[in-house]
Amino acid sequence: MDITTIVFWFLSALALFSAIMVITRKNPIFSVLWLIIVFFAISGHYLLLNAQFLAVVNIIVYAGAIMVLFLFVLMMMNLENLPVVNKNIWMKFLGVISGGLLLCILVSTSKSAADMNLKTIIMKEGNIGLIENLGKVLFTKYALPFEISSILFLSAMVGAVVIGKKES
Amino acid sequence: MMFLLTIDWAFFLEKLILIAIVITLSLVIAMYATYAERKIAAFMQDRIGPNRAGPFGILQPLADGMKLFFKEEIIPNHSNRFLFIMGPALAMLTAMMTCAVIPWGNKVELFGRSIPLQIADINIGILYIFAVVSLGVYGIMIGGWASNNKFSLLAAMRGASQVISYELAMGISLIALLMLTGSLSLKTIVEQQMQAGHFWNIAYQPLGFLIFFICAMAECNRAPFDLPEAENELNMGYHQEYSSMKLGFYLFAEYINMFISSAVIVTLFFGGYDMPFVNETLLTPNMAALVGVIAFFAKIFIFIFIFMWIRWTLPRFRYDQLMNLGWKGLILLALANMLITAAIILYRM
Repeated sequence: MDITTIVFWFLSALALFSAIMVITRKNPIFSVLWLIIVFFAISGHYLLLNAQFLAVVNIIVYAGAIMVLFLFVLMMMNLENLPVVNKNIWMKFLGVISGGLLLCILVSTSKSAADMNLKTIIMKEGNIGLIENLGKVLFTKYALPFEISSILFLSAMVGAVVIGKKES
Repeated sequence: MMFLLTIDWAFFLEKLILIAIVITLSLVIAMYATYAERKIAAFMQDRIGPNRAGPFGILQPLADGMKLFFKEEIIPNHSNRFLFIMGPALAMLTAMMTCAVIPWGNKVELFGRSIPLQIADINIGILYIFAVVSLGVYGIMIGGWASNNKFSLLAAMRGASQVISYELAMGISLIALLMLTGSLSLKTIVEQQMQAGHFWNIAYQPLGFLIFFICAMAECNRAPFDLPEAENELNMGYHQEYSSMKLGFYLFAEYINMFISSAVIVTLFFGGYDMPFVNETLLTPNMAALVGVIAFFAKIFIFIFIFMWIRWTLPRFRYDQLMNLGWKGLILLALANMLITAAIILYRM
């Protein structure tokens, strides 16, 4: 067992524990704070795979921007005093079943997928996650999907502005 | 079962000592920045400033620190105790974390080892700084919310929206610089600026520097951007409920941020540890490192002075002016700067 393995198990345990804490907290602000820890643990996993760019962008975008906005809204609305909705036991029951089924499908497809079979993870020496290689691949091989997704983002932004402006 | 961990102890020790030195240095400089700020404010307002503790009041920061340590610690009744303590701790932590990627000087030869004066030369140095800066807002937000005070919460919201808004312009102004350097490693950027026949990046990116500098000022919550602690609108801002050293941490984090932002600005735009008009390659490595460190800190101090100069010269922005400047002024300028830089690079290729 070397340092990489120890770090891997530590990060995995941290990610799972924090993820469970996210969905069990009563106060949504604590959920968001635990979610930030989940993002850090996942960024740690990216670092183990030598994908430094992905790791740091994950922090910038999710922990640094999106979660700040989440906190922003939650702190402003002060959700603590709202009554808890949807306490019906049957709803919970159905939720557990459908969630479990989704998990089964995800696990079985990822286990049987041809891309996953007989492949091992490249720790520390893979270089596709480095910024140079990633940039080259994005702008040559995947240029079209990349541009399409950026247009999608742009339209979502314009849409948000339009919806936000309707009020006044 | 026992596992043997192979650790290069000399490397470990070297980095540990370097981290200790850098953190101590940041703390001492932040401490004396408070003294410098009061002296400069006094000078600008035709006063004398602190002059009681020690010669020229040189012991004043120590006295202030002692006072803060001995103050009574008050935690409001209805606040979340854990988050209330975590707020200032986070502010301090994020302020200190940035110094890990800044190259403080070139290599030093000691005990037959060549020690680079940089804690970690990662190939995404600038993005790392950007990530830590974007996390800096949590200290303010968590502290403001955990105080359970409406003024604190409002101030924290202001701080968060200000930091998010100015991060955008900052990032775009950096993209233009990165297109020129072609590297995200701070060490490489400094070495490029040190080459013969290559000027400092300020010569190629004057507008980018101006935008970056304004945004850095906004990210540090310094006047004229100190909206989160606007005392005449929000009592004292997000740290109103804080007392003792927890308040000290918030105030101190601001000065560390100022020091680190100056260091980043110098690294990116003003040649880092490059002493102008001196060819470092002709000196012995240790001498060159010494000259470099002195030059680097001299430049940093000049920028800290400019930060203070601006604070005591300009009045605070109104909130809508702040947002207008950020969203309608700086982002547009930064985008134009980026496009022009890209077009010139493409033309010269």
